[in-house]
Amino acid sequence: MSAAVAERLPGTAQSGLSSRQMTAAALLLALAVAAPFFADAYLLSVLIVILFAAYFGSAWNIMMGFAGQLSIGHALYVGLGAYCSAALFAKYDISPWLGMLVGTAFAGVVGGLIASLSFRFRVGGVYFALLTIAFNEFTRILFDHFGYVGGSSGLFLHVANRPGDDVLNLRGSPQMFYYLLLAFTLMIVLIGRAILRRRLGYYWLAIREDEEAACASGIDLFRYKLAAVVLSAALTAIGGTLVAFYDNNLYPDTVFATSRSVEIMIAPIVGGLGTLIGPLVGAAILTSLGEAMTALSSSFAIPGLKQWFYGAVLLAIVTLKPSGLWPFIRDALRLDGSRR
Amino acid sequence: VITYLNIIIAGLLTGAVYGLMALGLSIIFGVIRVVNFAHGEMMVVAMYAVVVLNQHLGLDPLLLVPVAAALLFLFGYALQRGLINRFISRPDHEQFILLLSIAILLTSSTLMAFGPDARNVQVDYAYESYEVAGLLFDKVRVLAALGAIAGVCALTVFFRFTRTGKAIRACADNQVGAQVVGLDVKRLYAITFGLGAACVGAAGALLLLLVDVEPYIAANYTLLGFIIVILGGLGSMPGALIGGLLVGVSEALSGFLIMPSLKSMFSFGLLILVLLMRPQGLMGRRA
Repeated sequence: MSAAVAERLPGTAQSGLSSRQMTAAALLLALAVAAPFFADAYLLSVLIVILFAAYFGSAWNIMMGFAGQLSIGHALYVGLGAYCSAALFAKYDISPWLGMLVGTAFAGVVGGLIASLSFRFRVGGVYFALLTIAFNEFTRILFDHFGYVGGSSGLFLHVANRPGDDVLNLRGSPQMFYYLLLAFTLMIVLIGRAILRRRLGYYWLAIREDEEAACASGIDLFRYKLAAVVLSAALTAIGGTLVAFYDNNLYPDTVFATSRSVEIMIAPIVGGLGTLIGPLVGAAILTSLGEAMTALSSSFAIPGLKQWFYGAVLLAIVTLKPSGLWPFIRDALRLDGSRR
Repeated sequence: VITYLNIIIAGLLTGAVYGLMALGLSIIFGVIRVVNFAHGEMMVVAMYAVVVLNQHLGLDPLLLVPVAAALLFLFGYALQRGLINRFISRPDHEQFILLLSIAILLTSSTLMAFGPDARNVQVDYAYESYEVAGLLFDKVRVLAALGAIAGVCALTVFFRFTRTGKAIRACADNQVGAQVVGLDVKRLYAITFGLGAACVGAAGALLLLLVDVEPYIAANYTLLGFIIVILGGLGSMPGALIGGLLVGVSEALSGFLIMPSLKSMFSFGLLILVLLMRPQGLMGRRA
């Protein structure tokens, strides 16, 4: 019922895509599906990094881009998802898909606890963002001293030399991970699209734009902000499982690193906060840029040059195109369809 | 008991320097309402400046404290004037990305200029200490703490008694009102950011008496600064100092009693508790 109401609202998303948008989406998807047949091992690894960034960026975007709650601690949920499934697999031989469910539920609960504590005590804005960093760092150091999962010396997954891909146990080639990631990224975009066209999505946007006004028009702030954090945390944890089984080793200092939290949020901000495609665009641009910088700076052999360029580009983007690159690209390619 | 007292004293003295560093962060947030995510990075830049000047001119790091403060003041002033002023009314996440990119630029610049190895300054009084009533006071810590307290006093006097200081406080209280009565808010913001940067510059020079410097420790100091100012209350001047002392002591004690690697978990735990129970900090006023 709510969807029907939403469609009748003026200036809101249309139910279908314009033909231009359809063509672009189909082309992109075909390219993405075909890519592993042409890519060499290096290019494939870069594409996987892009998909990871796109997936995590989209998950983070649900909380910040849709509901306006800034988290600088999303590595927490990546780590919880990764450690749950990896520990269950390494210790009890439990299928990573079951582990993924456990990790997702666990991350959702932790996210819910953090959110309900914060929102109950009316911690908002900058303070909420700093609180997410604090929980992230606290958990990282906790896992550093959590001997059961290896502490700071890490948790390792045995690499089985079976022929072919074992999707059931997530043991296999980069190609397998590429297609899994592609599927999950597609899924998260579709989830986001579905939510944005329902009541929940409109409530989130209202909260993002003006919390007080949203509250005054009868939206239960606590409930819907909580929902955004739980969903974002749970989806992030799914990606965490994939990180664990792709990397095969887990160290608290890299899985839970605050630098990972920051990387997660850069792609959607650069691509276009609150848009569905923005995180994907941001991930593709930033990752290719990073790889280009690595190639370029290795020919100069100056440590730090790569990060310097990265910082400079980031600075340029945030000063020149603060609303992100995707809205700009979309308009240039006339992909805005019948919206607006 | 004597051992405990000695540890607490060492913690308090180090904490005073932490306090001065955090004071910079607190002033910047209190007036401009921008969270300086490049705070630790600015401190590391100041520390390297002191290392270089110490090696080439042979000056004592204590004499270089005002130099570091002046350099960082200019840097902060220029940064606020050139970039951050344009972001004052932008949303939090854009300010975050702006300061993050500045932090990345600073860290990678120090990495390119000085390499990844740890550097320090040598002073001939490094191992001297005073003994008062059976308690030990390391000379370097005492000097660093005195320097930090002098810095805090100077700032307090500035904000209380000078025209510019009063004008800055007016901006912090009511930005629009300050504009209405004809204050040049953008210039005052630039001075404020400069002063905040000067604090962290002086703190960096003093801290160099106690620790080594390397490019990658910057982010840890940024986080430490956040812990301190939130404990004390973002924007509160005495709060920053008290938070610094508190964190100094808790780090020293938990490093000694439990495990050195757990000491920052203790700080973060404290931070979470304070944020939830008293988000305005121990000394802060409700916004």
